Amino acid sequence: MGIIHTSRIKSPWIMHFDNSSCNGCDIEVLACLTPLYDVERFGIVNMGNPKHADVLVITGPVNRRTARVLKNLYAQVPDPKMVIAVGTCACSGGVFHNCYNILGGVDKVVPVDVYVPGCAARPEAIIDGVVLALQKLAQAQGVAK
Amino acid sequence: MNPFWIALIAVIVVPIIGGLLAGIDRKITARLQGRWGPPIVQPFFDFFKLLGKSRIATSRMQFVWIYGYLVFMIACLVFLVLKLDILLLVFLLGFAGVSFALGGFSCKSPYSHFGANRELLQMLSYEPVLLLMALGIYAQNGSFMISEIFNRSEPLLASLWPIFIALLVILTIKLRKSPFDISTSHHAHQELVKGIMTEYSGPYYALIQLTEWYEIVLLLGIIALFWANPLWVGILIALAAFILELFIDNIAARMTAGWMVRFSWAIGLVLCVLNIAYLYLMKGVS
Ligand code: SF4
Repeated sequence: MGIIHTSRIKSPWIMHFDNSSCNGCDIEVLACLTPLYDVERFGIVNMGNPKHADVLVITGPVNRRTARVLKNLYAQVPDPKMVIAVGTCACSGGVFHNCYNILGGVDKVVPVDVYVPGCAARPEAIIDGVVLALQKLAQAQGVAK
Repeated sequence: MNPFWIALIAVIVVPIIGGLLAGIDRKITARLQGRWGPPIVQPFFDFFKLLGKSRIATSRMQFVWIYGYLVFMIACLVFLVLKLDILLLVFLLGFAGVSFALGGFSCKSPYSHFGANRELLQMLSYEPVLLLMALGIYAQNGSFMISEIFNRSEPLLASLWPIFIALLVILTIKLRKSPFDISTSHHAHQELVKGIMTEYSGPYYALIQLTEWYEIVLLLGIIALFWANPLWVGILIALAAFILELFIDNIAARMTAGWMVRFSWAIGLVLCVLNIAYLYLMKGVS
């Protein structure tokens, strides 16, 4: 189990899903992948496919349409998986809170492991969020052992 | 040494070399793009992480084909290290490709079907050139056996350099590098979700990566055959070819599938046929 355990922490593949964000948080997530922040240093790769992902990075508030899609995507990610809500909207609904078509934060639909607040969340904060998620994963496995 | 032990050692050592090459690939690509890049052992982390993930099956047949892909690729490698018949090696490589494409066809996802169709197009573009390469080696040596290549004092590259150039184009297609990465592509620049690999997850995706590592070493081994005596020159040439592919990958954009077939046939087939015709004319063999 040892080497698989270490590898999990060294290679988190993320999948980015945009519920109905204003696109502010999305470009910050993409900024993490650019040469300036270069998250591939930590083995983080952006996959376009939930079946290859380990970490779901979700931006924007959940609305009635995307809730179904989000649940579907969550079910397709193989275990062990982590969910990170990026941006105030994804945490609580943010400026879209109480709109007629908005359900609220991501945690209304799928369980969230790490919240990254900010409007828009800074790339450093997003990277911190992924690291925190991995620490949580490592601890959870330590307890399980 | 006993051929069984040679084969066994090759089957164990080759994925390690292949994984390191894949890591060097990612590192050099990152440096070319002005990034720091992941550590060289990153592909191994990815591999073991995938092994530890849960198994999600979309179709059971798919796994039979994916094991077939791995087994045929290992068979090719055994043919190469035991210096057996190069024509059979090319056929086995074809079987491996077909298994992979059938694996893509065996589940219902349209992305996977697209990828599999494109994989077949890729085979259409490289398979004739590989066959003609085997024929060219026969025309030069009078035998399909790889061991004969090692017995020659003069390298194959001297008389078969047009075929060697065609083989470099094929290498780009086989390694799925731009401008030919049409059936699927590697990290962070995916098209059609992930093409033929869309439906594989967890340990099965790890198997595909393992097979790709075998494939890198196998193809570089075939390239090294063109300077088999002494072998270290051939290995250096193969490594140079690998680095060249990385540069091409980073400066080229993806092209369409039809263009790929036209290009590889126009360049590859013409070079191979001219080369073989020249050999026969010079030798006067009927
Ligand atoms: S948190 Fe701010 S930047 Fe992000 S999606 Fe919401 S409104 Fe846009």
